[in-house]
This record gives sequence, C-alpha cells and structure tokens, in this order.
Amino acid sequence: MHKDQTLLTRRGALLGLGAAVALGRASLAMAAAPTDRRFVVVILRGALDGMAAVVPYGDAALAQLRPELLPPAPGQDGGLLDLGGFYGLHPALTGLHGLYKAGQMLPVHAVAGPARTRSHFEAQDLMESGADQRLSSGWLNRAVLGMAGRPTSGAPISIGVALPLLLRGPALVGSYAPQSFSQPQPDLYARLAALHRADPVTGPAIRQGLAERGFTTAQLAGTEPPSPQDRYAFATLAGTAGRLLAAPDGPRIAAMELGGWDTHAAQAARLAGPLHQLDAGLLALRDGLGEAWAQTAILVMTEFGRTVRANGTGGTDHGTGTVAFVAGGAVAGGRVLADWPGLAPAQLLDGRDLRPTADLRAVAKGLLAAHLGLNAPALLRAFPGSEAAAPMGRLIRAA
Amino acid sequence: MTFIPVHAPIRFGLGRSAGEALPADPAAWLLGQLARPEPAPPGGSVADAIAALVQDRAEPRQPGEPGRARLMFQAEQRALLDHAVTTGTPFHERLVWFWANHFTVSIRRGEVAPLSGPYIRDAIRPHVTGRFGDMLLAVMRHPAMLLYLDNAGSTGPNSRFGQRARRGLNENLARECLELHTVSPAAGYTQADVTEFARVLTGWSVERQQEPLGFRFRPGIHEPGEKTVMGRRFPEGEAGGAEALAFLAAHPATHRHLATQLVQHFVADTPPRDAVRRIEGVLRDTGGHLGAAAQELVRLPAAWQPLTKLRSPRDLVFAAFRAAGLPAERRPDLSGLLAGLGQAPFNAPAPNGWPDTAADWAGPEAMMRRIDWAYGFAGRPELPEAPALAETALGPLLTEQTGTEIRRAGSRREALTLLLASPEFQRR
Repeated sequence: MHKDQTLLTRRGALLGLGAAVALGRASLAMAAAPTDRRFVVVILRGALDGMAAVVPYGDAALAQLRPELLPPAPGQDGGLLDLGGFYGLHPALTGLHGLYKAGQMLPVHAVAGPARTRSHFEAQDLMESGADQRLSSGWLNRAVLGMAGRPTSGAPISIGVALPLLLRGPALVGSYAPQSFSQPQPDLYARLAALHRADPVTGPAIRQGLAERGFTTAQLAGTEPPSPQDRYAFATLAGTAGRLLAAPDGPRIAAMELGGWDTHAAQAARLAGPLHQLDAGLLALRDGLGEAWAQTAILVMTEFGRTVRANGTGGTDHGTGTVAFVAGGAVAGGRVLADWPGLAPAQLLDGRDLRPTADLRAVAKGLLAAHLGLNAPALLRAFPGSEAAAPMGRLIRAA
Repeated sequence: MTFIPVHAPIRFGLGRSAGEALPADPAAWLLGQLARPEPAPPGGSVADAIAALVQDRAEPRQPGEPGRARLMFQAEQRALLDHAVTTGTPFHERLVWFWANHFTVSIRRGEVAPLSGPYIRDAIRPHVTGRFGDMLLAVMRHPAMLLYLDNAGSTGPNSRFGQRARRGLNENLARECLELHTVSPAAGYTQADVTEFARVLTGWSVERQQEPLGFRFRPGIHEPGEKTVMGRRFPEGEAGGAEALAFLAAHPATHRHLATQLVQHFVADTPPRDAVRRIEGVLRDTGGHLGAAAQELVRLPAAWQPLTKLRSPRDLVFAAFRAAGLPAERRPDLSGLLAGLGQAPFNAPAPNGWPDTAADWAGPEAMMRRIDWAYGFAGRPELPEAPALAETALGPLLTEQTGTEIRRAGSRREALTLLLASPEFQRR
C-alpha cells in the first residue's frame, strides 16, 4: 500500500473513534490547502522535577541541597549530558541531548505558570486553561480558532483516552486511543496494590494479577523500568501521532500526556523510567513526522516543579519553578534559555522552591506567534489576562 | 447499633447517587422503597417477543444485520441498565436483580433474548415484595424459563403425542427448579423425584403460532396419571403442576434455601446462622412473603456492618455511574462495559446464575480488569473531582489511607482511578 493511503486509512479509523460527530464529514473530505506547520504539546502530569531533568550542576549550592538526587558530573560514567557548561541533561535523556546538539532542542528553565498553587489538579487546570481560573476550554483549542484566515488542514487530535482540557473548546477535536493505552502506569498499580494489601481477598488477587502480567516487585516499586511493552507505549503512541501529523491532509495540532512524575519517594530510581519514555517518545514523534519534522515545534510542559531539597524519603515534594522543553526541526535550539535565579537560601521561593524567572505562558505565546502565526488579539484570546507575559522571542528558527 | 446513613444505599441499594440526600432514618428510607417503588421501564410483551422470534426465522437477514429479537433485547437491556443507574428506589431494584438472578434465564440460549425484558417485567418485578409462590408460578409459566430450561418440548412418554412421535421427557427445568429455585439438594430428594416432577411439568409449553402467543398448557404432550414428588401426590393436568409448585414454594427447605441466599447477598459471604434463621422464620410465618423478608433484612443488625461484600462487576459499574451522575447522553453502553468485566447482562453461564461471593469475583485477572476499567472510566472529562466523588460515594467509609493517596495523586485521573479501584469502593 502506498504510504499516503496508509495514512488516510489511519485517519479514517481516527475519525471513526467516537469523534465522528465532533469532526464531521467535512473534515474527512477536506481538501483545504495544508499549512506546513505542526505543533505538538506534551503534558507531563504530576509535576516533573525540572532540576532533575536539566540539572544546574554549575550552581555551587546544588550539591548541598540534594546530594542523593544528583547523577555524576558530565563526562563520568552514567553522568549528566552536558548542555554547555552549567546545565546537564539527566542521563536518560540521550535522544533529547542529540536534538540539542543538532540545534533542535531548547530547555527553558526556571519556568512556571502565573498562579502559585501546589495542588496538582488546580495547577494542571490553570496550565491547560491558560488563565488564572479554570475555564471550560483550553488555550490550545482557542489558539486553533485564532488561526482563522490561515486555513488549517485537518482537525487537531488528542492522543490518549480522554480529551485533555488543553484541547477542549469550540474548535473541532478528535481523539485517538489505542487499546494498550488504557492501562495505568506501573506506579499506579503499585499504589493500588498497597491500598489493597490488608484485604484478605482482593489483596492477594491483585498481587497475583500483577505477577501474571509480568510486573516484578522492582518494576512496581519504580526501581526498575517496566517491561519493554509498557516502556515504549508512549513512544508507540508518539510514533502514531507523528504519522498522523505528517499526512498531507492530516491534523496539524496534537496534544499528548505522560504521567509518572510525582516522585515523592525514591526519585533517583523512579524518574529514569518516565524520562526515558519521554525521550523515546519525542524521537518516535520525529521519526513518524519524517520530512514534516522540519516544520514542527513541540512544547513539553508540566504543572509545577518540585522542592530543591530532597525530602526524607529520597524524593521531592510539590514546588514551583521547573523546566519546559521546546523541540522540533523548526526550533532555534542548541542552548538553554534561562535567567537562572540561583539556589542560595535567599534566592529560593518560600525558602524551598526554585524561583520562577520565566512565565510558561510567554513560552507558549512565543510558539503560537512565531510558529503558528497568531496575532496579538488571538494570543490574548488564547491566554486571557496575559498582557504582562509578552511572547518569548527567538524560539523558532527564522524561515 | 450505629447506622452509617451512606451504608444504606451502598449495601441495600445500588450505590449512592450524586445529589441524593442521605436519609435521616436509613431504615425508614429503605422500607419506604418497598412500599412505593418507582415504575419499571416500559417495553414489549411476551407476544411481541415471540412474534419477533417467528418473524426473524421467516425472513432471512443480511449477515450482521440484527433481527427484531436482537433489537428488542438491546432496547430492553438498555432501559433496565439505565433504570438501575437512575432509580430513586434502588433497594427495590436490587431485589429485582437478586430475584432475576435466583431465577436465572440467559441469552446463551438464543431464544431467551427478546423474552428477557418481559420476563423481568411480568414474572419477577411484580412479586419481589409479594409471595414467593406467586413468583415461582409466574416464572415457571413464563416462555423465557420454559425455553431456557427446555421444558416447552418436554413430552410425557405416555401422552398421545409421546406415544405417536416417540418423544420423551426433558428433566432440565424440573431438576433446576428443585435444586436451584426451591428446596435445594438439602431437602434430600431423589432422581425419582426429579423424573416424576418432570412428568408433572409436561405440557407446560409455549404457543408460537396462534393467538394468544405465550404460555400454553398442551394436554397432548402431558403425561397422564397421578404423580408422586417427594412423597406428595399430584393430579394429572395443569392443576397438578400448580399444586406441586405451591407445595415446593411452601416447603421448609425452600424457606431455608431462600433465607440463606438472601442473607448471603445482604449480609456476608458466609451467612451468619442466626440471621438466616430470622429470615427463614419470617418466610415460614408469613407464608413466603418476600416483602416481609426484605423488611426483616433491613432490621438485621448484621446487615449494617459496612463493606463486607465485594461488589460484583455489575454493582461496581452501577455504583460508579450513580455516583458520577452523568446525564443520559453521556453514559456509554453499559452492557459493553459489563461484558469486559465478565458480567454481561442476561448472560450468566449456567442456570445457577452469577455467583455471590468475593472468592468468585476476585480472580487476579478480574481484579486487574477492574483497575484498568477504573482507569478508563477515570479518563472521562465530565466526572466530578475525586474528593467530591468520594464524598458522594463513600462519605465516612473512605479510609484515611485512600484519602491520602487521592490527595497525593499526580493527576485528576489518577486520583479518580485510586478512588474507584480502592478497596472500599470495590465493596458494598
């Protein structure tokens, strides 16, 4: 079968997956001039520890704050992947490091949304709403509406079982959910097994069920990566997203989610798995996009960061400033974008968190403006009340 | 005895509903439902169902195109599941499901499908607060049961037709009626009793050709002569069957069997003996009054011990959808969900119906599927927040441990998954 036909078939299947009403036949039959730009947002739910993903090893205060959470220095065995002498990528992020070296990846550090909340749900709602209160639509959906006059080809798609708030709203959205994605992360199974431990009936049944599905105790504890199938579930999904986005008449906007970031305990062991999944997923997305990678920008964001100090269980608690990743063939990468706030006691927020010096809305607005061509009024409809957060410049390579 | 109000809809009902006020007097709330149940969802009649079966046979369809009988079944099933999720008299509805399971009919016998709705409506529902003998008679005369357990064609060997056509007895219904529906093997009946009871029931059949469609006693296949079942004599004819059923319905072994099953369903997997004795006594003293037995269940102190029963998959799905309070257009096809969890409606594998103990439902893969189902359900965007859903569904029965996990969850979906798959939500 010709490659394009494969993609059209995939798209046909996509349209049939419960989203047919929202998408409508017009989308299926559309022949509108395709825009060449692709935009993908990846939500990391659960609060990624930005200081573990992009480690400011050049900050002298770091070693005292979280010695048990620090990989070896760059150049050492299993050490950080250097990003120009002050920051280093977590050793699991080899793919992102390759993109960085190719000038296609740009970490934005010490970033946070405007609201100060340490509640996951509230923070995620605000991050996706793009406002200082929870709205019924998400900023990415409103951004798609703001692209009027630049006809988009294909409806945006959400990859995963449920439509995230980020993509909800008046613009038509489809979703794609392979069967294998409707299972939670090993960590959630482990927490449920713990809740059921004392139950004489369900406790042993769940332990046995997890064993029969091939989970080891170490995998459930997060000290060992899950089995290859689970390990690459996100990558499989990302590859599919890439191929859908690459299709000549395919969608141009996608949102994806990845969990497993809420590392309150044993973070050094537990974070490697999700980071590896993210890394493999972004490479799969690139491979799926093929030539369209050159017209692609990806924003990877999380609701907030984590405490700079390790807590009493080798983990970190809910914090504020964190890291966001911008990646893609269209991105002006190969550097770290940060106004580093410092880690000395007086420099921390509330004495515990990385102080944010960049606004996540400014990053998103910078991408929407430079990559998708949104004008100032459209940017304000996407992010109401964001006048103070001017679109960040120089994120996208000049055409 | 301390009454936890939220326990009433959890144990006796189908799970607490969003927006449902907690009863100040839980026992009175339950007893009131027995007196004034919400009306059943409407649907087709037995005659409609039989006509559908006959028409489907006469008119070949394209492959994959559902027949009239199938469509009728799907509509009935949807209405019944919808009623379970929305009814304001869930105790009464639980009793309907309980007795429907006691007198299981299953679509694994294909002709049952269109008749299952009328079966619930005509043979089960009217009698859940009435007399067991009336329910038994209505069930045994119902085409759904007569077809499911093969009695419609059971032929007395010495009947006019039996002698001519060399047809014979089918003991299936007689055996299950003794074993499952009434006295149970504890009564000590013999194979001779089963055979003799099968003779009694010959001629209890289904009319498919002429009006009125439905139950028909066929003298031509009825075994002539008097019969003796468990030491009692029953005359020839349709009346003999009715007398035998009345005898069985009033038998002390039947009362004990029914009491044991009711207590197992409403109290604990291992039914406490004193509780069984109380229900048994009520059935004996009232001549098998099921409403009186249901009232007595509410008065059993042991029935107010929370969360002793593992929810069946059906109970789990009902409870989740009741607590979530999703509007009708947001509810998916529950029958598909239930099939995935191993309990498709009207699809029990055998005449003894769905099991009623935790050990039967808590297989390792079954529990994993529950967790995966919870994760899938938790991804629905229109759900309430986990703490609000927990307050609705469990109130004070939420454990501190689960509450902590919910608060610490990394996403709304994870929080909802932890709640729906928690030990306390898996129980009732």
